[in-house]
Amino acid sequence: MYGNDFGELSGLLDQVDEAEKALVAAAHRDADAGADDPQTYFDGVLAADQKIEPRDWMPDAYRKTLIRQIAQHAHSEIIGMQPEGNWITRAPSLKRKAILLAKVQDEAGHGLYLYAAAETLGISRDELVQLLLEGRQKYSSIFNYPTLTWADMGAIGWLVDGAAIVNQVPLCRCSYGPYARAMIRICKEESFHQRQGFEILHTLAHGTPAQHAMAQDAIDRWWYPSLAMFGPPDADSTHSEQSMAWGIKRFSNDDLRQRFVDMCVGQAEVLGLRLPDDELRLNAETGHYDYTQPDFDELMQVIKGNGPCNRQRMAHRRRAHDEGAWVREAAEAYAAKRAQPVGAAA
Amino acid sequence: MSSPLWEVFVRPRRGLSHTHVGSVHAPDADMALRNARDVYTRRQEGVSIWVVPAAAITASSPDEKDAFFDPAADKVYRHPTFYDVPEGAKHL
Repeated sequence: MYGNDFGELSGLLDQVDEAEKALVAAAHRDADAGADDPQTYFDGVLAADQKIEPRDWMPDAYRKTLIRQIAQHAHSEIIGMQPEGNWITRAPSLKRKAILLAKVQDEAGHGLYLYAAAETLGISRDELVQLLLEGRQKYSSIFNYPTLTWADMGAIGWLVDGAAIVNQVPLCRCSYGPYARAMIRICKEESFHQRQGFEILHTLAHGTPAQHAMAQDAIDRWWYPSLAMFGPPDADSTHSEQSMAWGIKRFSNDDLRQRFVDMCVGQAEVLGLRLPDDELRLNAETGHYDYTQPDFDELMQVIKGNGPCNRQRMAHRRRAHDEGAWVREAAEAYAAKRAQPVGAAA
Repeated sequence: MSSPLWEVFVRPRRGLSHTHVGSVHAPDADMALRNARDVYTRRQEGVSIWVVPAAAITASSPDEKDAFFDPAADKVYRHPTFYDVPEGAKHL
Protein backbone atom coordinates (compact mmCIF):
# COMPACT_ATOMS: atom_id res chain seq x y z
CA MET A 1 0.00 0.00 0.00
CA TYR A 2 1.20 3.47 -0.77
CA GLY A 3 0.63 6.16 1.82
CA ASN A 4 -2.99 6.39 2.85
CA ASP A 5 -4.41 6.63 -0.64
CA PHE A 6 -6.21 3.32 -0.37
CA GLY A 7 -7.24 3.11 3.27
CA GLU A 8 -9.64 5.93 3.94
CA LEU A 9 -11.83 6.82 1.00
CA SER A 10 -11.09 10.52 0.92
CA GLY A 11 -12.15 13.04 -1.71
CA LEU A 12 -10.59 12.92 -5.14
CA LEU A 13 -8.77 16.23 -4.93
CA ASP A 14 -7.27 15.26 -1.55
CA GLN A 15 -5.92 12.06 -3.06
CA VAL A 16 -4.39 13.88 -6.02
CA ASP A 17 -2.89 16.40 -3.62
CA GLU A 18 -1.38 13.56 -1.58
CA ALA A 19 0.11 12.03 -4.73
CA GLU A 20 1.63 15.35 -5.75
CA LYS A 21 3.15 15.83 -2.30
CA ALA A 22 4.52 12.29 -2.36
CA LEU A 23 6.11 12.99 -5.75
CA VAL A 24 7.83 16.11 -4.45
CA ALA A 25 8.90 14.37 -1.23
CA ALA A 26 10.37 11.42 -3.17
CA ALA A 27 12.15 13.88 -5.46
CA HIS A 28 13.85 15.41 -2.44
CA ARG A 29 15.00 12.11 -0.98
CA ASP A 30 18.51 11.01 -1.81
CA ALA A 31 18.48 7.75 -3.70
CA ASP A 32 21.39 5.37 -4.06
CA ALA A 33 23.25 6.85 -6.98
CA GLY A 34 26.45 5.73 -8.63
CA ALA A 35 25.52 2.26 -9.84
CA ASP A 36 27.40 1.62 -13.09
CA ASP A 37 25.02 -0.99 -14.36
CA PRO A 38 21.96 0.76 -15.90
CA GLN A 39 19.55 -1.99 -14.82
CA THR A 40 20.74 -1.67 -11.21
CA TYR A 41 20.32 2.09 -11.38
CA PHE A 42 16.83 1.73 -12.88
CA ASP A 43 15.83 -0.74 -10.16
CA GLY A 44 17.22 1.62 -7.51
CA VAL A 45 15.14 4.55 -8.75
CA LEU A 46 12.02 2.39 -8.67
CA ALA A 47 12.84 1.03 -5.22
CA ALA A 48 13.20 4.58 -3.91
CA ASP A 49 9.74 5.35 -5.39
CA GLN A 50 11.33 8.03 -7.56
CA LYS A 51 10.63 8.80 -11.22
CA ILE A 52 12.23 7.54 -14.41
CA GLU A 53 12.75 10.48 -16.78
CA PRO A 54 12.83 10.46 -20.62
CA ARG A 55 16.61 10.39 -21.06
CA ASP A 56 17.20 7.68 -18.43
CA TRP A 57 18.04 4.17 -19.51
CA MET A 58 15.00 1.92 -19.24
CA PRO A 59 14.26 -1.69 -20.26
CA ASP A 60 12.79 -1.94 -23.77
CA ALA A 61 9.71 -3.71 -22.46
CA TYR A 62 9.11 -0.92 -19.91
CA ARG A 63 9.20 1.64 -22.73
CA LYS A 64 6.88 -0.45 -24.92
CA THR A 65 4.43 -1.05 -22.09
CA LEU A 66 4.26 2.66 -21.32
CA ILE A 67 3.78 3.63 -24.97
CA ARG A 68 0.97 1.08 -25.28
CA GLN A 69 -0.74 2.22 -22.08
CA ILE A 70 -0.34 6.00 -22.52
CA ALA A 71 -1.41 5.75 -26.17
CA GLN A 72 -4.52 3.76 -25.29
CA HIS A 73 -5.28 6.33 -22.62
CA ALA A 74 -4.81 9.23 -25.07
CA HIS A 75 -6.94 7.54 -27.74
CA SER A 76 -9.67 6.98 -25.13
CA GLU A 77 -9.82 10.70 -24.37
CA ILE A 78 -10.12 11.52 -28.08
CA ILE A 79 -12.73 8.86 -28.91
CA GLY A 80 -14.45 9.66 -25.60
CA MET A 81 -15.48 13.04 -27.00
CA GLN A 82 -17.98 11.34 -29.34
CA PRO A 83 -20.61 9.92 -26.96
CA GLU A 84 -20.90 13.26 -25.16
CA GLY A 85 -20.50 15.39 -28.28
CA ASN A 86 -23.69 13.64 -29.39
CA TRP A 87 -25.68 15.72 -26.86
CA ILE A 88 -24.09 19.18 -27.15
CA THR A 89 -26.72 20.47 -29.57
CA ARG A 90 -29.54 18.97 -27.52
CA ALA A 91 -28.51 19.98 -24.00
CA PRO A 92 -31.62 21.09 -22.07
CA SER A 93 -30.38 24.61 -21.25
CA LEU A 94 -27.69 27.07 -22.25
CA LYS A 95 -25.94 26.46 -18.93
CA ARG A 96 -25.85 22.69 -19.44
CA LYS A 97 -24.65 23.20 -23.00
CA ALA A 98 -21.78 25.49 -21.96
CA ILE A 99 -20.76 22.98 -19.28
CA LEU A 100 -20.87 20.03 -21.68
CA LEU A 101 -18.82 21.95 -24.24
CA ALA A 102 -16.22 22.74 -21.57
CA LYS A 103 -16.11 19.08 -20.58
CA VAL A 104 -15.66 17.75 -24.12
CA GLN A 105 -12.99 20.42 -24.62
CA ASP A 106 -11.23 19.07 -21.51
CA GLU A 107 -11.23 15.55 -22.98
CA ALA A 108 -9.42 16.87 -26.07
CA GLY A 109 -6.94 18.62 -23.77
CA HIS A 110 -6.35 15.43 -21.78
CA GLY A 111 -5.72 13.53 -25.00
CA LEU A 112 -3.08 16.10 -25.93
CA TYR A 113 -1.31 16.00 -22.52
CA LEU A 114 -1.11 12.22 -22.91
CA TYR A 115 0.11 12.22 -26.53
CA ALA A 116 2.82 14.64 -25.39
CA ALA A 117 3.82 12.28 -22.55
CA ALA A 118 3.94 9.35 -25.00
CA GLU A 119 6.15 11.34 -27.38
CA THR A 120 8.83 11.63 -24.68
CA LEU A 121 9.26 7.85 -25.10
CA GLY A 122 10.42 8.23 -28.69
CA ILE A 123 7.25 7.67 -30.72
CA SER A 124 5.76 10.49 -32.80
CA ARG A 125 2.27 11.90 -32.56
CA ASP A 126 1.67 11.07 -36.23
CA GLU A 127 2.56 7.43 -35.64
CA LEU A 128 0.20 7.24 -32.66
CA VAL A 129 -2.70 8.76 -34.60
CA GLN A 130 -2.01 6.36 -37.46
CA LEU A 131 -2.00 3.35 -35.10
CA LEU A 132 -5.42 4.39 -33.80
CA LEU A 133 -6.88 4.98 -37.26
CA GLU A 134 -5.61 1.60 -38.48
CA GLY A 135 -7.14 -0.10 -35.45
CA ARG A 136 -3.72 -1.33 -34.25
CA GLN A 137 -4.01 0.42 -30.90
CA LYS A 138 -7.11 0.31 -28.70
CA TYR A 139 -9.18 2.78 -26.73
CA SER A 140 -11.38 2.10 -23.71
CA SER A 141 -14.29 -0.14 -24.66
CA ILE A 142 -16.74 1.94 -22.60
CA PHE A 143 -16.95 4.46 -25.47
CA ASN A 144 -18.44 1.82 -27.73
CA TYR A 145 -21.78 2.12 -25.93
CA PRO A 146 -24.41 4.59 -27.22
CA THR A 147 -25.69 7.67 -25.36
CA LEU A 148 -29.44 7.34 -25.78
CA THR A 149 -30.84 10.08 -23.50
CA TRP A 150 -29.75 13.27 -21.75
CA ALA A 151 -29.50 11.28 -18.50
CA ASP A 152 -26.60 9.40 -20.09
CA MET A 153 -24.55 12.63 -19.76
CA GLY A 154 -25.11 12.34 -16.03
CA ALA A 155 -24.34 8.62 -15.93
CA ILE A 156 -21.13 9.11 -17.90
CA GLY A 157 -19.96 11.88 -15.59
CA TRP A 158 -20.82 10.00 -12.41
CA LEU A 159 -20.04 6.36 -13.31
CA VAL A 160 -17.68 6.42 -16.30
CA ASP A 161 -15.62 9.39 -15.11
CA GLY A 162 -15.90 8.07 -11.55
CA ALA A 163 -14.44 4.71 -12.62
CA ALA A 164 -11.80 6.46 -14.69
CA ILE A 165 -10.80 8.52 -11.66
CA VAL A 166 -10.47 5.44 -9.44
CA ASN A 167 -8.19 3.99 -12.14
CA GLN A 168 -6.28 7.20 -12.68
CA VAL A 169 -5.56 8.51 -9.19
CA PRO A 170 -3.00 5.71 -8.60
CA LEU A 171 -1.41 6.64 -11.97
CA CYS A 172 -0.48 10.00 -10.41
CA ARG A 173 2.13 7.83 -8.61
CA CYS A 174 3.33 6.03 -11.74
CA SER A 175 7.10 5.49 -11.97
CA TYR A 176 7.42 7.35 -15.28
CA GLY A 177 7.76 11.10 -14.56
CA PRO A 178 6.01 12.66 -17.60
CA TYR A 179 3.03 10.28 -17.24
CA ALA A 180 2.71 10.86 -13.49
CA ARG A 181 2.81 14.64 -13.92
CA ALA A 182 0.26 14.55 -16.76
CA MET A 183 -2.04 12.42 -14.62
CA ILE A 184 -1.88 14.86 -11.71
CA ARG A 185 -3.02 17.62 -14.02
CA ILE A 186 -5.75 15.48 -15.55
CA CYS A 187 -7.15 14.23 -12.25
CA LYS A 188 -7.47 17.77 -10.92
CA GLU A 189 -9.59 18.63 -13.93
CA GLU A 190 -11.61 15.40 -13.81
CA SER A 191 -13.12 16.40 -10.50
CA PHE A 192 -15.40 18.87 -12.30
CA HIS A 193 -16.49 16.14 -14.72
CA GLN A 194 -17.59 13.76 -12.02
CA ARG A 195 -19.43 16.43 -10.04
CA GLN A 196 -21.32 17.82 -13.03
CA GLY A 197 -22.50 14.29 -13.87
CA PHE A 198 -23.63 13.74 -10.31
CA GLU A 199 -25.49 17.05 -10.39
CA ILE A 200 -27.29 16.18 -13.64
CA LEU A 201 -28.48 12.88 -12.13
CA HIS A 202 -29.40 14.48 -8.82
CA THR A 203 -31.53 17.07 -10.63
CA LEU A 204 -33.27 14.43 -12.76
CA ALA A 205 -33.74 12.03 -9.87
CA HIS A 206 -35.50 14.75 -7.88
CA GLY A 207 -37.57 15.96 -10.83
CA THR A 208 -40.76 14.53 -12.38
CA PRO A 209 -41.41 10.76 -12.32
CA ALA A 210 -40.46 10.65 -16.02
CA GLN A 211 -37.15 12.39 -15.32
CA HIS A 212 -36.47 10.05 -12.40
CA ALA A 213 -37.18 7.05 -14.63
CA MET A 214 -34.84 8.41 -17.29
CA ALA A 215 -32.03 8.76 -14.73
CA GLN A 216 -32.67 5.21 -13.45
CA ASP A 217 -32.64 3.81 -16.98
CA ALA A 218 -29.25 5.44 -17.62
CA ILE A 219 -27.80 3.90 -14.44
CA ASP A 220 -29.24 0.50 -15.40
CA ARG A 221 -27.44 0.64 -18.76
CA TRP A 222 -24.11 2.15 -17.62
CA TRP A 223 -23.47 0.31 -14.34
CA TYR A 224 -22.04 -2.99 -15.66
CA PRO A 225 -20.07 -1.48 -18.57
CA SER A 226 -18.52 0.88 -15.97
CA LEU A 227 -17.52 -2.08 -13.77
CA ALA A 228 -15.95 -3.67 -16.86
CA MET A 229 -13.74 -0.58 -17.32
CA PHE A 230 -11.37 -2.00 -14.68
CA GLY A 231 -10.49 -4.83 -17.06
CA PRO A 232 -10.60 -8.61 -16.74
CA PRO A 233 -10.43 -10.30 -13.32
CA ASP A 234 -6.93 -10.47 -11.83
CA ALA A 235 -6.60 -14.16 -12.68
CA ASP A 236 -6.97 -13.38 -16.42
CA SER A 237 -5.12 -10.06 -16.56
CA THR A 238 -2.15 -10.46 -18.91
CA HIS A 239 -0.15 -7.30 -18.27
CA SER A 240 -0.77 -6.73 -14.58
CA GLU A 241 2.06 -8.49 -12.77
CA GLN A 242 4.93 -6.92 -14.68
CA SER A 243 3.28 -3.48 -14.61
CA MET A 244 2.98 -3.71 -10.83
CA ALA A 245 6.67 -4.63 -10.52
CA TRP A 246 7.56 -1.59 -12.64
CA GLY A 247 5.47 0.79 -10.57
CA ILE A 248 3.28 1.60 -13.59
CA LYS A 249 0.27 -0.03 -12.00
CA ARG A 250 -0.27 0.18 -8.24
CA PHE A 251 -3.41 -1.84 -7.58
CA SER A 252 -5.00 -4.86 -9.19
CA ASN A 253 -8.09 -4.65 -11.43
CA ASP A 254 -10.26 -6.37 -8.83
CA ASP A 255 -9.06 -4.13 -5.98
CA LEU A 256 -9.89 -1.00 -7.98
CA ARG A 257 -13.27 -2.41 -9.02
CA GLN A 258 -14.12 -3.12 -5.38
CA ARG A 259 -13.10 0.36 -4.40
CA PHE A 260 -15.37 1.85 -7.07
CA VAL A 261 -18.35 -0.23 -5.92
CA ASP A 262 -17.80 0.78 -2.27
CA MET A 263 -17.71 4.43 -3.34
CA CYS A 264 -20.85 4.30 -5.49
CA VAL A 265 -23.22 2.66 -3.00
CA GLY A 266 -23.47 5.69 -0.72
CA GLN A 267 -23.55 8.11 -3.63
CA ALA A 268 -26.46 6.22 -5.25
CA GLU A 269 -28.39 6.52 -1.99
CA VAL A 270 -27.92 10.29 -2.01
CA LEU A 271 -29.11 10.36 -5.62
CA GLY A 272 -32.15 8.30 -4.74
CA LEU A 273 -31.31 5.88 -7.56
CA ARG A 274 -30.82 2.12 -7.48
CA LEU A 275 -27.69 0.28 -8.59
CA PRO A 276 -29.06 -2.63 -10.70
CA ASP A 277 -27.66 -5.50 -8.63
CA ASP A 278 -29.79 -7.70 -6.36
CA GLU A 279 -26.67 -9.25 -4.84
CA LEU A 280 -25.26 -5.92 -3.68
CA ARG A 281 -24.82 -5.98 0.10
CA LEU A 282 -22.27 -5.08 2.73
CA ASN A 283 -20.13 -8.02 3.77
CA ALA A 284 -19.61 -7.61 7.51
CA GLU A 285 -16.48 -9.77 7.45
CA THR A 286 -14.59 -7.91 4.73
CA GLY A 287 -16.11 -4.47 5.30
CA HIS A 288 -16.67 -4.26 1.53
CA TYR A 289 -19.76 -4.64 -0.63
CA ASP A 290 -20.38 -7.97 -2.34
CA TYR A 291 -21.55 -7.40 -5.90
CA THR A 292 -22.26 -9.10 -9.22
CA GLN A 293 -19.35 -9.12 -11.66
CA PRO A 294 -19.85 -7.56 -15.10
CA ASP A 295 -20.17 -9.84 -18.14
CA PHE A 296 -16.53 -10.31 -19.14
CA ASP A 297 -17.47 -12.22 -22.30
CA GLU A 298 -19.29 -9.09 -23.41
CA LEU A 299 -16.20 -7.02 -22.56
CA MET A 300 -14.05 -9.29 -24.74
CA GLN A 301 -16.55 -8.99 -27.59
CA VAL A 302 -16.50 -5.18 -27.35
CA ILE A 303 -12.69 -5.15 -27.22
CA LYS A 304 -12.64 -7.33 -30.35
CA GLY A 305 -14.66 -4.70 -32.19
CA ASN A 306 -18.17 -6.07 -31.80
CA GLY A 307 -19.67 -3.56 -29.37
CA PRO A 308 -22.75 -1.53 -30.29
CA CYS A 309 -20.78 1.49 -31.61
CA ASN A 310 -17.21 0.33 -32.47
CA ARG A 311 -17.60 0.80 -36.21
CA GLN A 312 -19.42 4.10 -35.85
CA ARG A 313 -16.74 5.53 -33.52
CA MET A 314 -13.86 4.55 -35.80
CA ALA A 315 -15.65 5.69 -38.96
CA HIS A 316 -16.34 9.06 -37.35
CA ARG A 317 -12.72 9.47 -36.20
CA ARG A 318 -11.37 8.60 -39.66
CA ARG A 319 -13.82 10.98 -41.32
CA ALA A 320 -12.94 13.81 -38.90
CA HIS A 321 -9.24 13.16 -39.54
CA ASP A 322 -9.68 13.18 -43.33
CA GLU A 323 -11.95 16.19 -43.36
CA GLY A 324 -9.44 18.10 -41.22
CA ALA A 325 -6.57 17.39 -43.62
CA TRP A 326 -7.02 20.67 -45.53
CA VAL A 327 -6.68 22.65 -42.27
CA ARG A 328 -3.35 20.98 -41.46
CA GLU A 329 -2.15 21.52 -45.03
CA ALA A 330 -3.20 25.18 -45.07
CA ALA A 331 -1.45 25.84 -41.74
CA GLU A 332 1.73 24.22 -43.04
CA ALA A 333 1.60 26.21 -46.30
CA TYR A 334 1.15 29.44 -44.36
CA ALA A 335 4.07 28.61 -42.02
CA ALA A 336 6.29 27.77 -45.01
CA LYS A 337 5.37 31.05 -46.70
CA ARG A 338 6.17 33.07 -43.57
CA ALA A 339 9.49 31.23 -43.15
CA GLN A 340 10.75 32.50 -46.54
CA PRO A 341 13.51 35.08 -46.07
CA VAL A 342 12.56 38.69 -46.75
CA GLY A 343 13.16 39.56 -50.39
CA ALA A 344 12.82 36.00 -51.64
CA ALA A 345 10.69 35.49 -54.71
CA ALA A 346 7.03 35.56 -53.80
CA MET B 1 29.41 40.33 -32.37
CA SER B 2 28.03 38.90 -29.15
CA SER B 3 27.05 35.26 -29.09
CA PRO B 4 23.35 34.28 -29.13
CA LEU B 5 21.12 34.14 -26.07
CA TRP B 6 19.88 30.81 -24.66
CA GLU B 7 17.07 30.34 -22.18
CA VAL B 8 17.90 27.85 -19.42
CA PHE B 9 15.56 25.30 -17.83
CA VAL B 10 16.68 23.21 -14.85
CA ARG B 11 15.11 20.05 -13.44
CA PRO B 12 15.79 20.53 -9.71
CA ARG B 13 15.23 16.89 -8.71
CA ARG B 14 14.30 13.65 -10.41
CA GLY B 15 10.51 13.56 -10.65
CA LEU B 16 10.03 17.34 -10.97
CA SER B 17 9.58 19.28 -14.24
CA HIS B 18 12.24 21.48 -15.79
CA THR B 19 11.68 25.08 -14.67
CA HIS B 20 12.91 28.26 -16.29
CA VAL B 21 15.75 29.78 -14.28
CA GLY B 22 17.28 32.44 -16.57
CA SER B 23 19.48 32.76 -19.63
CA VAL B 24 23.08 32.63 -20.84
CA HIS B 25 25.05 33.78 -23.87
CA ALA B 26 26.99 31.17 -25.80
CA PRO B 27 28.13 30.60 -29.40
CA ASP B 28 26.58 27.12 -29.63
CA ALA B 29 24.34 24.66 -27.79
CA ASP B 30 27.18 22.71 -26.14
CA MET B 31 28.77 25.87 -24.78
CA ALA B 32 25.35 27.10 -23.65
CA LEU B 33 24.89 23.89 -21.63
CA ARG B 34 28.29 24.28 -19.99
CA ASN B 35 27.72 27.95 -19.25
CA ALA B 36 24.30 27.22 -17.84
CA ARG B 37 25.78 24.54 -15.60
CA ASP B 38 28.36 27.01 -14.29
CA VAL B 39 25.89 29.87 -13.85
CA TYR B 40 22.81 28.12 -12.51
CA THR B 41 23.83 24.83 -10.87
CA ARG B 42 26.96 25.65 -8.90
CA ARG B 43 25.27 24.49 -5.71
CA GLN B 44 23.73 21.31 -7.14
CA GLU B 45 20.47 23.07 -7.97
CA GLY B 46 19.70 20.55 -10.69
CA VAL B 47 20.01 17.07 -12.15
CA SER B 48 19.23 18.01 -15.76
CA ILE B 49 19.44 21.17 -17.90
CA TRP B 50 17.72 22.22 -21.12
CA VAL B 51 18.98 25.16 -23.17
CA VAL B 52 16.74 26.65 -25.85
CA PRO B 53 17.72 29.41 -28.31
CA ALA B 54 15.94 32.51 -26.98
CA ALA B 55 15.09 33.43 -30.57
CA ALA B 56 13.12 30.18 -30.86
CA ILE B 57 10.69 31.22 -28.13
CA THR B 58 7.48 32.97 -29.14
CA ALA B 59 5.92 34.82 -26.22
CA SER B 60 2.43 36.20 -25.81
CA SER B 61 2.28 39.98 -25.82
CA PRO B 62 1.82 41.76 -22.46
CA ASP B 63 -0.32 44.42 -24.20
CA GLU B 64 -2.77 41.78 -25.32
CA LYS B 65 -2.81 39.96 -22.00
CA ASP B 66 -6.40 40.85 -21.14
CA ALA B 67 -7.95 39.95 -24.46
CA PHE B 68 -5.76 36.86 -24.74
CA PHE B 69 -6.76 35.30 -21.43
CA ASP B 70 -10.27 36.73 -21.21
CA PRO B 71 -12.10 33.71 -22.65
CA ALA B 72 -11.34 31.68 -19.50
CA ALA B 73 -12.55 34.37 -17.11
CA ASP B 74 -16.31 33.76 -17.31
CA LYS B 75 -16.25 29.96 -17.27
CA VAL B 76 -16.61 29.27 -13.56
CA TYR B 77 -18.27 25.95 -14.41
CA ARG B 78 -14.83 24.53 -15.24
CA HIS B 79 -14.12 24.40 -11.50
CA PRO B 80 -15.48 21.61 -9.30
CA THR B 81 -16.54 24.13 -6.66
CA PHE B 82 -19.20 25.42 -9.07
CA TYR B 83 -21.32 22.32 -8.36
CA ASP B 84 -23.41 21.78 -5.24
CA VAL B 85 -22.55 18.50 -3.60
CA PRO B 86 -25.68 17.28 -1.80
CA GLU B 87 -25.50 16.59 1.91
CA GLY B 88 -24.08 13.16 2.66
CA ALA B 89 -22.44 12.56 -0.73
CA LYS B 90 -18.88 11.38 -0.13
CA HIS B 91 -15.75 10.85 -2.23
CA LEU B 92 -16.82 13.29 -4.95
